[in-house]
Parts: sequence; structure tokens; C-alpha cells
Amino acid sequence: MEFRGQHLLGLEGLSAGELNFLIDTAASFKEISDRDIKKVPTLRGKTVVSLFYEASTRTRTSFEIAAKRMSADFISIASSTSSASKGETLLDTARNIAAMRPDAIILRHSCSGAPHFLARRVDCSIINAGDGSHEHPTQALLDLLTVRERKGRIDGLNVAIVGDVLHSRVARSNLLALRALGANVRLIGPPTLVPHDFGRWGEVCHDLRHGVRDADVIMMLRIQRERMTGNFFPTLDEYSAYFCLTRSVLEEARKDVIILHPGPMNRGVEIASDVADGGAAVILDQVTNGVAVRMAVLYLLVNAPREELEVPAATVETAPAVARPRRKAAHA
Amino acid sequence: MPEMLLVAGGTVVDPANGVEAARDLLLVDGLVHALGEPGSLTRDARGAEVVDAAGCWVTPGLVDMHVHLREPGYEYRETIASGAEAAVAGGFTSVACMANTKPVNDNAAVTEYILDRARAAARAHVFPIGAVSVGLEGKQLAEIGEMRRAGIVAVSDDGHAVNDSGLMRRALEYARLFDMAVIAHEEDCGLAHRGVMNEGPTSIRLGLRGMPAAAEEAMIARDIALVELTGGRLHIAHVSTAGSVELVRQAKRRGLAVTAEAAPHHLFLTEEAVEGYDTNAKMNPPLRRERDVEALREGLRDGTVDAIASDHAPHHADEKDVEFDQANFGVIGLETTLPLALRLVHDHGFARDRMVRALTVAPARILGIPRGTLSQGVVADVTVIDPDAVWTYQVAESRSKSRNSPFDGWEMKGRARCTIVAGRVSWSLAERNERH
Amino acid sequence: MASAERIVMDAQAVERALKRIAHEIVERNRGAGNLVLLGIRSRGEFLVQRLKALIGVIDGAEPPTGVIDITLYRDDLTRSRQRPAVKGTHVPFAVDDRDLILVDDVLFTGRTIRAALDAVIDLGRPQSVQLVVLVDRGHRELPIRADYVGKNLPTSRGESVHVRLRECDGADEVVIAPAEEG
Repeated sequence: MEFRGQHLLGLEGLSAGELNFLIDTAASFKEISDRDIKKVPTLRGKTVVSLFYEASTRTRTSFEIAAKRMSADFISIASSTSSASKGETLLDTARNIAAMRPDAIILRHSCSGAPHFLARRVDCSIINAGDGSHEHPTQALLDLLTVRERKGRIDGLNVAIVGDVLHSRVARSNLLALRALGANVRLIGPPTLVPHDFGRWGEVCHDLRHGVRDADVIMMLRIQRERMTGNFFPTLDEYSAYFCLTRSVLEEARKDVIILHPGPMNRGVEIASDVADGGAAVILDQVTNGVAVRMAVLYLLVNAPREELEVPAATVETAPAVARPRRKAAHA
Repeated sequence: MPEMLLVAGGTVVDPANGVEAARDLLLVDGLVHALGEPGSLTRDARGAEVVDAAGCWVTPGLVDMHVHLREPGYEYRETIASGAEAAVAGGFTSVACMANTKPVNDNAAVTEYILDRARAAARAHVFPIGAVSVGLEGKQLAEIGEMRRAGIVAVSDDGHAVNDSGLMRRALEYARLFDMAVIAHEEDCGLAHRGVMNEGPTSIRLGLRGMPAAAEEAMIARDIALVELTGGRLHIAHVSTAGSVELVRQAKRRGLAVTAEAAPHHLFLTEEAVEGYDTNAKMNPPLRRERDVEALREGLRDGTVDAIASDHAPHHADEKDVEFDQANFGVIGLETTLPLALRLVHDHGFARDRMVRALTVAPARILGIPRGTLSQGVVADVTVIDPDAVWTYQVAESRSKSRNSPFDGWEMKGRARCTIVAGRVSWSLAERNERH
Repeated sequence: MASAERIVMDAQAVERALKRIAHEIVERNRGAGNLVLLGIRSRGEFLVQRLKALIGVIDGAEPPTGVIDITLYRDDLTRSRQRPAVKGTHVPFAVDDRDLILVDDVLFTGRTIRAALDAVIDLGRPQSVQLVVLVDRGHRELPIRADYVGKNLPTSRGESVHVRLRECDGADEVVIAPAEEG
């Protein structure tokens, strides 16, 4: 089973086979980061541009390290310093960058669907580093890799995702992939943040203690203060009183439960400090795996075959024609 | 020498007068003169221009009671001239245009300007709708009386809802003085806050903020209560949910002066059209679910929904070809409304008479304009419809300045063959084909 | 076996060749004390296990073994439109100052070995790198040569050579298949 995409826009629609292939490939890249010389020449001479419209240190750094360990050249564009602050549209910015022929653009944007929008209009590979509330595929892949390393499998595990599921792209990517891989997903949070429409993707639960019962894996989500206008809950204190993962709550879960968090953590809000620093938390493993996942994604996409090349027939008088990529119909 | 036009060989469908039969129609000096058995008017019509309506339906000129012509202020999207041109190309002889221009049509001067530009365009008749509140800000009543004198036919803050219930109450009361309906864009802004599509599993899956059906239904319930309180006349624009249809049905049963319209996109598309973040599926109210589409069709069938209106909302490519969250709401519809209404007849068992009613006498009556019939002596607005013409809608060929349509490439069956405004052919398919 | 194939080494021949190579390695390196064996995926992996056992019998101690995946070092990745699966390199020991024995099944153009050398350099600085191949079929495109060869096999460019091992193919044999038609 292989991954045959020109872009990584999300995990929706990927089969268990494709997901496992991605996770396996990521696993095989891990040892490079353990070497003395943390580099392979595979993407030598390739250019990767990261275009981040939302501030992010860890994801961007993770991609940068991944690209450089693959010997690619990495250019980082943050929206505050870019032309976006001068009013340039996303499309114009992306077109300008694409005209410089990068091999991949890594996009993080606050609008769901922004990478899909670009993928239809720009010629190089697009990697989604988080679009609005929609998906964050590399984060979910590194979460899955971490889970599989610790638990040996994903199929049949009880996974609890806790917090602001409604606004979380990490939650969406994870729950799509977990379902495809056969895990049992439970979504936990107040009714304002875990509406019942999520019922088709997992079991909706509004009681944290009850929800983590028998959990093998707990994925904590950040309470995003930036998204908190809208009366989803009155105060952080009250949220924390009901939904903070404390040592006492953890007792309901399985003894060997592992805890994931995409970071950055709000200590004392969604997760208690002693839990965050305790043995069950595998947060630093996630970060390590993040680099491996991103190396794998770059490897798979930067060398990806373009859409079927259409080679016009050469005639006797003309030189053999250069193969031109045929544009796919407008569908992401 | 009187100016005469004979529309011969077609089937006249005039629901207002209960006519649905093979008839010839004679128009003299811009007015409807006579209806007669096929061939019987030839003697009276000596010297008349003849429009061949063989195989066609001959209906009163179609009336679109909800369009946005964008002039003054947004001429890069559409002008009154281009909009009126698109109207006749779509078979419409009359359109009513909303007040969300720049400046807003909240005073007599803007109303007069619009009428002036419409006269100059000399295509479809344009009936302006005035604002309910100054600047559409929802705070203070606009000069409804002055605008009525200048020529508006209804009031509406469309584009926005009237959030202040107290103001809506006063508007319904005050408009009674001028015998006009208040046309309401029903959207509870607190509920629909920053939403970009219907709230439900699809919005969740796509990570887009949703506008729940309740946002429309709650407002409709409020406004129906206000009609009961004030005795005013309420027309609900672009109804989109099953719950809304049911509320209107009950209000009518109680004898309240409540009418409603539905847009073709709500009759044929669901929220699935947003898949892939296609901004031509972004409008307000948003596309809903299958069962809402069915309820709307049922509402049209049983008369709960009185009219079909396009909500023609032109936007420039720069405003639509962007990230979904950033794109403007709305799609054009003047040239696709009739073919889609015909689809209801061809494919969904709608009676022909019902469909024609929803596009002629029903909207005309709500607006109180002397249109939508073929009664003797009325202004000779006539649409000749070829119900069987098979064609493909190509938005690139649209008469509108804008190209934001979700129906590009759709195979259609039926279209206007000829649009006659005030006794003169304003648009014909034959002439259009010659130019291509 | 497909009818056009010709067996050039049977199971016994493979066994004997490996035994001989194991002796040669121990002899040339004066014992197995400083050796590490790295198999090149995928069949090199199995050959390395066999050599390890054989050397263990000859010299009393089995040298450490690892496996390298040269996919990330290939020089043809941009041209080919494939993204070959990466199975990963696993070398759980230091290679500095060791006598490193690379093991592969077939030596042909030499490009695989060039890639393997790049991979080895990234792992550290061995004292020496030596090459074991079961079959050398000629047609080098780079200046690479094997130190230990199971069998020298003259072939034409178009022919294919397949090494089959019982660990993954059910039987030990080396076959030549003729050039493709057309």
C-alpha cells in the first residue's frame, strides 16, 4: 500500500493501508535524528517554502528541521513580515512564491480550506500545516506514530479526545484517522465544545471522569484562548474545574494509559502540571516523532510524480516536445 | 398607425385569469389588446410584427421580486443596465431591486436615480425596494413615505436582518400607511454569528462555522408574532428550511398576511455543494439539507411558498475567488431561475400553472404592481417560453457582469425564447444566436 | 522456475560460497575481533545473518550486524517517478574505527554500493570498508569493486540476475533470465 498524493491536505478519505504506510515511513526516518550526522542527501537541491499565516514556533521549527535533515533548502515566510500585511491576497502571495519554483509549499492558515484553495491554483505540492478548524494532518500522524510505538497497535484501542473539539483541527485529523484504523474514539468536553453532531465520528461524552474510564490513550486539546469569544464557557477556572486532567481523574483510566498533547500546554487549565510532567505523558516523544513524520511527508511529496504527464506527439520537423503536466479538474 | 405585435401559435398560460389554452395574443401600443383562438386575430393584426410561439408557452412577463442590481456604488459587480439585460435574457420583464447599494436606497433621491438608470437601460422594468432603516443600520426608520412617492414598491433591509424587534414592529405598522409589505431577511445574528454555511455534520467536517436553521426560524417566529400584533404585511425573503416553511404554513392557516419566496438554489442544491470549499456554494441563507429542499418544494406546491425569486447577487471574481471564509455571500440567478423552475415541472411533477403563478401573478401581487397577468389593457409584458429546448448553461456567456453561479455547465431543458417588454421584443434567442 | 531461466548456482553452491567468503574475511582481517557486518536491504540482510553465524563458528565470536536502507541515498530518485518505500536503517552500534563489511547480493553497475558508502560515511568513520557480494555480474558504471565474491558471472546488459534465498523466497539459488523481447 502506498500513498499516492501530490498534496497532503488532510487525512480525510485515507484508507487504513495508506495511513499505515505513512506511519511506517515516518518510523523508518526516526533513526536519522539519532545519528551524529543528522542528514541524508535525499532532497538535496530541493526548495521547501513554509508560508505561515498563523504564528507557530513548534510546527514551523519542526518542518524546518525535517527539511534540513533531508538536505532540502528551507525558506520561512511569516505573515506578519510578508506582503499579506500590505494587503496582498493569499492567492497572489502563493502565485508569486510558486513562480520561484519551490518543490513544496507548507501552508498554515486560519481559514479552513485554504490549502485546498491553493492546491487547485498553484503548481507545486501543498502540505497542510493546519487550516482553520479543519485539519492538521502531520500532527495527527505524529500522534498516531507515538501511540503505535507505545501501544504496539491502534486497532481496538480506547482513545479519549478531550477539550475544544469543535474548534480543533488536531481533533478532526485524529478522529478521522483513528476511526479508519479501528480505534474506539470518545470525545469529551462541555456540550458547547463537543456538540452532538460529532456523534457520527465518536462517542460524545460530557463528563470527564466517566469519559476516561478504561482509556488506553488520552489526547488533550489546548483550550484556545484566541478562540474564546462566544461564550463557550464562562471562565477558564470553571472549565478547569470540570475538564482539567488531574491525577485523580487519571485513576479512572487504564493503568498504562498514555497522554498526548499537541502543545503548547496551558498548565492548570486543561492539564495539571504533575500529570504533564508525569510518566504517562508522552509529549516529548510526540515532538521527536513530529520531525520524523515531517521528514517522511517531505520525502513522499517532494519526489511525488506529478499528475500524468501529457506528451504532445513530436513531428518530423520539430524537436521532441517537452512533457507538460495536464491540469487536474478543479477538485481537491 | 398603431404599433402591433402578434404572438402566435403558442399555449397561453395566464393563471390570474385562469387561462391555459392554445391562444394567439395581440399587443397594441404597448398594451394587451386581445386573446383569441389560434388564427382568429390575423385580420386585426394586419401589419403587425409576428412572434412565432409554436411549441411554446406564452405567459405574462416574468417577475423577479428579489434581485441586487448593485448600482449605485458597486458598478464593478453589476449595473442597472447589465442587470436589466440579464433579466430579459432570463425571461424576466420586471425585477424588484434591493436597497443595499452605496449609498443605500433609504431616501427619495436614490430611488429616483435608480428609476432613471432603469429608464435609460430600457430593458426590464425595475421596481426599487426601499430600506426599512437609515443606512440599513437597523436603528432608525428611513423616509418610507418619501420613497413611496418616488416609486418604491416595498421596504426591506435585505442583506441584513432587522435585529431590533421594536424597530421591526414599527416598520410593520408604518408600512401599512402606504400599503406596502415589509420584506424580511430572516437571520438572528447572534445565532448565525460569523457562520459561513449551514450548521451540521458537513460544517463540522469541513471545519467551517455554521449558521443553524434555528437562526432563520427564530426570526420568522418573531416576525409572525409581530404581524399578529400590528396587522402589517410581511413577506419572507429566501426561505430555506423545513421549519421555516412550516411556520409560514401555520401563519397562513391563521389568516395572517404572511407571504414567502424561495430561491432556485435552495430548491436544487444542498450543503454538500460546499464540498471542496467551492465559494459558488456560499450564500446567505446557506444551502441546507435534502429534507429542507423537499420541504421547500412541497411548500411551493401547496402555496405556502408563494413565489420563486432569484436573489440575484453579483460579486466580482476578486470577491469570490478567495478562501471560503473570506468570500462574499451570494450567487447570480437571473438567467438560471426560469430553466430551474421548468425543471420542477419536467422532473418533479409540478403543475405548469403553479410554476407560472410563482413567477408572475404571485410576486406581482405581493409587490402590488400591475404586472404578472395578461388581462386586457395591462402593460404588454410577455414571456415566450420554449419548454423543451435542451441547452447547457455557460456562465461565461452570461449578460451579467459577474460570473458567480453554482450552475455553470448544468444541462437545462427549457428557456425563454423571446421576452417582450411593453409591447416590444426586448430580447430574443434567435437574435442572440445570430450574434454568436 | 520460469522456463527461460537458467540456474547458475544451486543451494549447495551458495552454501559453499558463503563458507569460503567467511573464511576469507577472517583470514584477511586477522580475526573477527574488529569486524562489523552491514547488510544492504533487502537480501543483504539475510546474507549478513548467515555470514555472522559462519564467522562465529570459525572464529568463536559473532560480529555485530546491522542493516542499511540505501533508498535515501539513491542518485536516481528525482528521475524515477517512484517513491520507493523506506524501510529504515538499523545500526545499533558505533562504526568508528571498525572494519566494516558491506554485504549485498548482486554487484552490477556499482551505484547501490556508492549510495551505501554515502550512508556509511554518515554513520561514522570506519577504519576500513570492505565489500562482500554473492554474485558479480560485471557492467560497472562507477569505479567500485568487491573484496569478496561468491561467483563471477559474465552477463549481457539485458539479462537479469536473480538471487533467491530461503529466508524470503523459499529456496537458495541464483538464476539468469534472458533479455526481454522487443
